[in-house]
Amino acid sequence: MDDILNLGLVAATLGASWRLATPLIFAALGEVFAERAGVLNIGIEGMMLTGAFTGFAAAFASGSVPLGLLAGILGGMAIGLVFAVFTVTVKANQIVVGAAINLLGMGLTAFLFRTFYVSTGLGVEIAQPIAIPFLSDLPVIGAALFRQNAIVYATIPLTFLVWVVLFRTSFGLTLRAVGEHPKSVAVVGRSVAAYRYGAILIGAAFAGLGGAFLTLGHSNQFVENITSGRGFIALAVVVFARWSPVGAFFVALLFGLFYAVQLQLQAQPQLGVPYQLFQALPYVMTIIVLVLVRSRRGAPKMLGVAYDG
Amino acid sequence: MTGPTFLRLDNIHKRFGAVVANAGVTLDVEQGEIHALLGENGAGKSVAMNILAGVLSPSEGRILIRGEPIRLGSPRDAIRHGIGMVHQHFMLVPNLTVAENYILGQGTPARLIRDMGEVHRRIEALSARYGLDVRPDAIVETLTVGQQQRVEILKALYHGVELLILDEPTAVLTPQETERLLVLMRGLVADGKTIVFISHKLDEVMAVSDRISVMRDARVVDTVRAADTTPRELARKMVGRDVLMELPRRPSHEGRVVLAVEGLTCRDEGGLPAVRDVSFEVRAGEIVGVAGVSGNGQTELSLALAGLLPVDAGRVVLDGRDVTGFSPAEMSRLGVANVPEDRHRMGIVLPFTLAENVILQRSGDPAFSRGGLLRRGAITEATAEILRRFRVKPLDPDAVIGSLSGGNQQKLVVGRELARNPGFMLINQLTRGIDIGAMEIVMQEVLKARDAGAAILLVSTELEELFSVADRILVMCGGELIGEVPPERGRIEEIGLMMGGKRLDAIEPAA
Repeated sequence: MDDILNLGLVAATLGASWRLATPLIFAALGEVFAERAGVLNIGIEGMMLTGAFTGFAAAFASGSVPLGLLAGILGGMAIGLVFAVFTVTVKANQIVVGAAINLLGMGLTAFLFRTFYVSTGLGVEIAQPIAIPFLSDLPVIGAALFRQNAIVYATIPLTFLVWVVLFRTSFGLTLRAVGEHPKSVAVVGRSVAAYRYGAILIGAAFAGLGGAFLTLGHSNQFVENITSGRGFIALAVVVFARWSPVGAFFVALLFGLFYAVQLQLQAQPQLGVPYQLFQALPYVMTIIVLVLVRSRRGAPKMLGVAYDG
Repeated sequence: MTGPTFLRLDNIHKRFGAVVANAGVTLDVEQGEIHALLGENGAGKSVAMNILAGVLSPSEGRILIRGEPIRLGSPRDAIRHGIGMVHQHFMLVPNLTVAENYILGQGTPARLIRDMGEVHRRIEALSARYGLDVRPDAIVETLTVGQQQRVEILKALYHGVELLILDEPTAVLTPQETERLLVLMRGLVADGKTIVFISHKLDEVMAVSDRISVMRDARVVDTVRAADTTPRELARKMVGRDVLMELPRRPSHEGRVVLAVEGLTCRDEGGLPAVRDVSFEVRAGEIVGVAGVSGNGQTELSLALAGLLPVDAGRVVLDGRDVTGFSPAEMSRLGVANVPEDRHRMGIVLPFTLAENVILQRSGDPAFSRGGLLRRGAITEATAEILRRFRVKPLDPDAVIGSLSGGNQQKLVVGRELARNPGFMLINQLTRGIDIGAMEIVMQEVLKARDAGAAILLVSTELEELFSVADRILVMCGGELIGEVPPERGRIEEIGLMMGGKRLDAIEPAA
């Protein structure tokens, strides 16, 4: 048991937590945008999968990780546009459309992957770790925390950026008002629909980026259903973080820790516990979190409600 | 004080599909006047004012400001022309500060919000100028309704509005707050602003306006100077016939105690204390009114009596039987009728027909079903009877209730409940949001039920309603019963103070 509690291992787990949390952070930041504007986008899983696939495909064709990430973002946004048309313009039920988007993302990416790539069996070049000068030389934690790839580091400035946009710009103020009292926005001459489109597309872009990280910054391949429920966990993260971007960052880190711990535990055969139990950890924690956070305090009032101009 | 014509609505038409909401509305508003727009629900007042505020666009007709025709494509355009509206349901985002609400949607979206100091200073200066107590950093949802209304009015002034439209501004206020609003309106006009306000309350219209336009059937039927008219004349113009301003009423013959509430205490749906140690009785043949500003425990009191909220302490005794904690179904079986506050949420099912709504709680009643099958003939007949008695339009039991006006919906609900000949009737808001014609009918029918021996508890935020039908008025504040007063209009000030939390013995007797 000694080696489980070894300090280096703890540091490595923390580093892994951040890396494993990265797709959750992106997806949750995007969902904060959508939900703050009153849109409950449960289709992030499908948008992440699409981003993972388009990112992989673009990187495979071009050999460029940045191009792959861009393709991931655009892939997510393309599906996001479908979601926006149906929920904002057609005013269809957000849950139903979200569920359909998830099925679409899963089916479409599996189909395209099998059609074009499954026989190649090839991976792509992924984003390489960058050691941050000085910090990476710190004893124990340095190497574990500060030798990540650029996408992982990007979670920090992006979280800050989301906070600034939501709470320190006129756009963010209006967007939050759309989620609370859309009519008050309409009477000052702003289009509620336009803001919801914007929020959904920004959210979808983040989901696509989170998905692309899975194929371009984590594993080097696309596999069917590579997201394995991360989009749904991101939904729980947003609730637990009470719709705050900074909160979402830390809650996602916590879930990243669950992933990292379960990976470590899987590597301990002497515990004599079936590894499937450990694999279930993040999902079990999601359920526990959602049961603990029963109050809807802080939730945007118009969450999930279509606006009838 | 008033000057030349500031604004003219010229032959405005507005149609929503087949429904004509405005059929040639023509209205002149003079610079610096308070102009009341009086009319029943559905007369087209709000539609006309929403057109003026740029929220709706007219199907036909022109709007002129100082003789110049203008086009209003959005509320923004209207504000640019100096026209702003305070809507009945406030356009304030509850979880933002006052100042944030004022800058909402202003400037380019990409603008960074750095220095709110300038905005705060401007709000404070305006607030001081009109003697308001608007604090720019207050979160809107922490303010009372009256304060929120002042925030809305100041918002319009902040955006440079010259013509202020107020849509039923007093509907949500206590008498004291109403008084304060009327003073504010006078102050604004003295400062050169012009006000159009929508109302169907004759007293306040008479008290504050310079001129009054009456709307009926989608048209302005007359415009008169307040000094040259009487409430009775206005009411006749509004309804198109004479109305009973005072309902004829027999003295009550109080009988045995039907409902006894002893030390009732309960919490609201959020778990916060809402009703504290409330005790009272309702006797057969009397109507007991419960007055109070909304949100002071009346809603929870009526929910608890209907069996819809758990009782924490105290007892509810009906006909000598302890019914504390009984379910709504059990209460209903014991002959308790209930007219709920929010008829859309609890009283009726909007997509259902009138007949289906009539038998909602009684579909298992042998009168309406046999062997699990509904008896359509009996149901239609029972419904038609209610429709006739309450003059519900349309007289068609198969019409969908959602297509009816609020007044007609309420007539059906009251009719349905009275048709059960209840021993005890619980009413929360009898006439809210319905027109004078419908008001008269439901009030008269409720009085008839009282004369026939029903015990009735009427919870209402409309004092007029209580004065018209109640035999005595209990006043609630902060979840407690503050005191009891007879339903005399002369004691309105006292009631207002009690609604604000002053106990009867603490109030100086009026000279």
